[in-house]
Amino acid sequence: MSTTRRQFLKIAGLAAFGLGTSSALDAAEAVAKDMPGAKYDVGGKHLAAKRWAMVIDTRKLESREDYDRIIHACHSVHNVPSIPTKQEIKWIWTDKYDRVFTDDMSQHLSPAVREKDYLLLCNHCENPPCVRVCPTKATFKRADGIVVMDYHRCIGCRFCMAGCPYGARSFNFGDPRPYLKDVNPAFPTRMRGVVEKCTFCSERLEVGLLPACVEASNGAILFGDLDDPNSPVRKALAENFSIRRKPSIGTQPGVYYIV
Amino acid sequence: MYNGKYIIPGIVIFVGLFTFPFWSNLLTPKYERPQLAMPADQKECIEPAEYMRAEHMHILDVWRDQALREGKRAYVASNGKVWDISLQNTCMKCHANKADFCDKCHNSNSVSPYCWDCHVAPRGNQ
Ligand code: SF4
Ligand code: SF4
Ligand code: SF4
Repeated sequence: MSTTRRQFLKIAGLAAFGLGTSSALDAAEAVAKDMPGAKYDVGGKHLAAKRWAMVIDTRKLESREDYDRIIHACHSVHNVPSIPTKQEIKWIWTDKYDRVFTDDMSQHLSPAVREKDYLLLCNHCENPPCVRVCPTKATFKRADGIVVMDYHRCIGCRFCMAGCPYGARSFNFGDPRPYLKDVNPAFPTRMRGVVEKCTFCSERLEVGLLPACVEASNGAILFGDLDDPNSPVRKALAENFSIRRKPSIGTQPGVYYIV
Repeated sequence: MYNGKYIIPGIVIFVGLFTFPFWSNLLTPKYERPQLAMPADQKECIEPAEYMRAEHMHILDVWRDQALREGKRAYVASNGKVWDISLQNTCMKCHANKADFCDKCHNSNSVSPYCWDCHVAPRGNQ
């Protein structure tokens, strides 16, 4: 009796193994396939650079209207909601000197410089701490220096917000859609539970357009390739004194300020 | 047989319950492929309809990675035609009737993809 039961179990085990592997093989065969002959390409219109960077000429930005026009340009094309609480979402915003250039210890700044508003956005750092801490690779750095997010992958852990030394990231505590008056139908919104930030308009560069804030700035914001000595950003940096935010921490920001 | 008057009806009930999925399936109406609203002004999709029906989620998955991570926003289809990689600006331009295209099929197959939590559905269609 005991041997027959043993044999029965052996055969049953083998049969189950066979069934299992054959269905696993079937499943592997059913895995989705690319269409034979289809290819992916950068497209004809895209703008390329080795290292995209931005120069903000703060001397050319004066009034609240200047800042609001630029902020509105970015936030309206990217469907950034205006939430009037501490749960606000911002891709580009302003603040005062002592909160922007916190490394600068000068006690007696000129009041004009101290009182002025400065535009702030993600710095697209050369060494981005947000990328290092993101556990899902939802935040990553592209070959052209732009630090972007894949919202599909973001799990909302907010490590990147703790990691970013510039407060450039916002978290969606709730559904942002009720706070969007006019939705740009050509760009997605975000959903509850993901982080978002400035993309350096990578989606616009790929179709041959400069960033929306650059276009709306009437020449106060320059954009170009930091590795190309003839680019508008390199020319502006060669001719003017410029500073960056928190240079001492080694992130190497890609946004320069002419003050 | 001992207790035959209990065992036989018991077996009959057991077999009836056990085969419930089979006979209930025979009694309910057959699954019919839903009638979808096709774009009026376009004859063919980016790839053959059979392939799109089976693999559109795979295409979207690859499109996302190619566009976001590789910076490649042009899809050269197997027939050589070039398309911008964009769910909102390419797919939904033709398939503007989301309710009678995407939703109808997804509903009858009991799948609820969350594309539209972020991607904006075409207007005049909600
Ligand atoms: S919140 Fe999202 S992007 Fe930020 S670290 Fe977590 S997964 Fe990455
Ligand atoms: S500014 Fe912040 S969010 Fe932007 S790349 Fe640097 S660390 Fe990341
Ligand atoms: S570069 Fe683009 S995303 Fe970033 S602040 Fe300017 S307009 Fe907004």
